[in-house]
Amino acid sequence: MSLFDDYYTLLIESGPEILDGFIVSLKLLAGSCFFAFLLAVPLAIARVSENAWLRQFARTYSSIFRGTPLLVQIFIFYYGLSQFEAVRNSVIWPLLGDSFYCGITVLALNLTAYMAEDVRAGIMAVPHGEKEAATAYGLSKFQCYRYIIIPRALSIVTPVLGNEVIAQLKATALVSTITVLDMTGIVRRLSARSYTTDALIIAGVIYALTTLTISLVVRFAEHRNTRHIRR
Amino acid sequence: MDILLSYGEQLLLGASVTLQLAFTALLFGLVLGLVFAACKLSSYTYLRRTVNFFTNFLRGVPEFLIILICYFGLSNLINNQFDGVFEISPFVGGVFALAIVFSAYASEVFRGAFNAVPVGQIEAAKAYGLSRTQMFFYVQLPQAWRISLPSLNNMWQSLLKDTSLVSVVGLEDLLKKADMAAQYTKQPFVFFVAVAGIYFLFLAISNPVFAYLEKMANRGFTARS
Repeated sequence: MSLFDDYYTLLIESGPEILDGFIVSLKLLAGSCFFAFLLAVPLAIARVSENAWLRQFARTYSSIFRGTPLLVQIFIFYYGLSQFEAVRNSVIWPLLGDSFYCGITVLALNLTAYMAEDVRAGIMAVPHGEKEAATAYGLSKFQCYRYIIIPRALSIVTPVLGNEVIAQLKATALVSTITVLDMTGIVRRLSARSYTTDALIIAGVIYALTTLTISLVVRFAEHRNTRHIRR
Repeated sequence: MDILLSYGEQLLLGASVTLQLAFTALLFGLVLGLVFAACKLSSYTYLRRTVNFFTNFLRGVPEFLIILICYFGLSNLINNQFDGVFEISPFVGGVFALAIVFSAYASEVFRGAFNAVPVGQIEAAKAYGLSRTQMFFYVQLPQAWRISLPSLNNMWQSLLKDTSLVSVVGLEDLLKKADMAAQYTKQPFVFFVAVAGIYFLFLAISNPVFAYLEKMANRGFTARS
């Protein structure tokens, strides 16, 4: 049982440190998901808008953020933008100069692109009759989106959005490359200090358990969101 | 632009390493994915459960962490077993990590695809007296391939993007070369945007390839008028 003893001692010794990292990871996850969700809905609406420019903008945004590696995006925002004097003097510098906030920003912008595609798919999947019924009831375009299309679209894509959140948890690990001490950052330091991978494996197990928890929560949310269809 | 051109050769070298990494991982990932899918479809309960647990676990852990574990862990493991000072290269570690991640997702896709092959066709193949190997290669595999191609396209795209993570353990791929050039020239923005552009190009090229593959795989299913 010496194998597990090692892990046990490591957890006793560095448990609080790993917990701190875990909390940072959760903050990154919650923050980026929150802002991404706020941005994704308007972007999805822009994606199906009648205005060709808006549509093109949304499509370009999505394809750029989905077509390049997240790590490269993080490097562009954190190392790349600091190259310019104008950026360093601008108002957004406090946001981009701090590795944690820069990490959240890039993660959110990246997730927005993915979520917008999902929400768009949801909007397309709303039965046409419901949209027509809303128009027939005299709902304005805004009301139509606010009360009919968006709620319906979101409940259709709940499971997909849940998968995006899980993928996002895994993506947060990347910000450890720009010196954010999230869980991956902490265990990398621990493992470099001890010359073993024990800490990395512990983090892996914690990530897997968190993923499991999130997927259970998503299943519950899905269950709740479809209660009007369920018998 | 001049700076980019003067490092063009280095960037191309890095890009070729990235592509080698991606294709090697794809090859091993596909083979391993098939093996895992076979295990998941096997009638041995324990084999099925073990593989299911393993792939579910892999899918819940960040790819980045898996790369770190594979790179540092494999060297440690080998050194502890044979007490030598052996060290695996970042390339091997990266291929190993990316391949098992890919296979974890691929096994699930293949499992679904093999299940989706209509039972009647398998019965027909048996009735025609095809051996199990023949049935696998002539009936099941082509169909599973056709069904799983769209998902494989998605997985290939994430695999290609994930290759950039291996630069963190020191592989001199596209991103690492750009990083070195950026530190030397103090122009990180130019180089990282160039890297993003190259990745974007690679992904843009792979779309028509998959469209062609899908067309080829679907030629038995052209719309009948």
